[in-house]
Amino acid sequence: MSLIATALDLILSGDAILLDIIALSLRVTLSAVAIGCMIGLPIGAGLAMARFAGRGVVIVLVNALMGLPPVVAGLLIYLLLSRSGPLGPLDLLFSPTAMILAQTVLILPIVIALTRSVVEDLWGEYEEQLRSLNTSKLRAIPTLLWDGRFSLLTGVLAGFGRASAEVGAVLIVGGNIAGHTRTMTTAITLETSRGNLALAVALGMVLMTVTLALNAAAYGAGQWGRRIAG
Amino acid sequence: MRETASILPLQLDGLGFAASGERLLRDVTLTVRPRRRLVILGPNGAGKSLLLRLCHGLLRPSAGRITWAAPERAARAQAMVFQRPVLLRRSAMGNILHALAVQGHARQARRARAARALEPFNLAALADRPARLLSGGEQQRLAMARAWALVPEILFLDEPCAQLDPASTRLIEEMIARFSADGMTIVMTTHDLGQARRLAEDVAFLHRGRLVEASDAARFFAHPASAEARGFLAGELIL
Repeated sequence: MSLIATALDLILSGDAILLDIIALSLRVTLSAVAIGCMIGLPIGAGLAMARFAGRGVVIVLVNALMGLPPVVAGLLIYLLLSRSGPLGPLDLLFSPTAMILAQTVLILPIVIALTRSVVEDLWGEYEEQLRSLNTSKLRAIPTLLWDGRFSLLTGVLAGFGRASAEVGAVLIVGGNIAGHTRTMTTAITLETSRGNLALAVALGMVLMTVTLALNAAAYGAGQWGRRIAG
Repeated sequence: MRETASILPLQLDGLGFAASGERLLRDVTLTVRPRRRLVILGPNGAGKSLLLRLCHGLLRPSAGRITWAAPERAARAQAMVFQRPVLLRRSAMGNILHALAVQGHARQARRARAARALEPFNLAALADRPARLLSGGEQQRLAMARAWALVPEILFLDEPCAQLDPASTRLIEEMIARFSADGMTIVMTTHDLGQARRLAEDVAFLHRGRLVEASDAARFFAHPASAEARGFLAGELIL
């Protein structure tokens, strides 16, 4: 009981270290979601519309990558960014940028796979009408993405959930450096092993609250969307 | 009415369509004349919808030729309304704006033009309503208004009233009459003989994928030349 009270006290007193950790976590994950969407939405839509040899293989691959273990994603980015790696000269390892990169790798397959499925279903429904209007497949993509906006929101949210909950990737490429690359999940890991449970519990509560709030917002948006857009 | 050459007449020569080895339409030769209302009649499965989709370019014929008088302008000068209207997940107005945008109309002109398309069909009050939450009749009227906004020379209608009640059917028929009065060429399929009698100027009668008869409507209804058409008009179940 006193643990939770201390944790609440930490949150409510606006502990500076705690706030820094929360801010960095949100910055990293939201950036990764934004980049993942900018890349994943067009690629997913393109994959839905294009017909090419090996398309089935690509789809299976993308679906499989949704289950990519975060530590493996972290390792990949680590190898890429380490001194001797191909992007070593950029000197990005153990920086928030490296963490954004790693989380983008985790989010991307989710956004691509869900976009493909949403856009493919919509195209099946709209194809005759859009072709009747002389819409090229390329021109149809923005139409389909916009009309699938409420379903796509679910995928974006799933991406956010995956990135905000993972610890392996950010730990490997960020290094959990206090005040620099320490996020909520890496801090929870560290503080728990150190026996500093109050901070760990406080961070856990914040993480749950953020996830809950985002899910509530997305659910509300979806309901509202169905009501106004049918 | 137009300075540019009309895309009509539309000439079909020996048109055929086969899917997975089955010949669904064969040897259809027909001329679609400008500014006429052509009704395609026939029992279920005769190939009526197929013929419309071939003419409109949604399907590729497996035999024969489709020749427009001005082929380079043909794609942009036609529109189609489907049996079940396909409306986007946007407002009624948004649906028309989208169609105008896709066809490359200037952004500033779109809204006024869309409003002009909604107004005559009593849809102005519904402009901001989500299109997919409109009633069946309203949805079909919106699909018609969307086609009208594009100012096509020829409009294909596939059973436009098949799922509508009599009141909505009447509104759609009034819209068709108005399109026709504006100089639009109409090609439509229907099950409904009453509707065919009210709207047709020319009739093409299909049976089992073949064009059995094509003539002007008055003659077709008074003196059908083929046994199949006589049976169809007499309300027999022809197979």
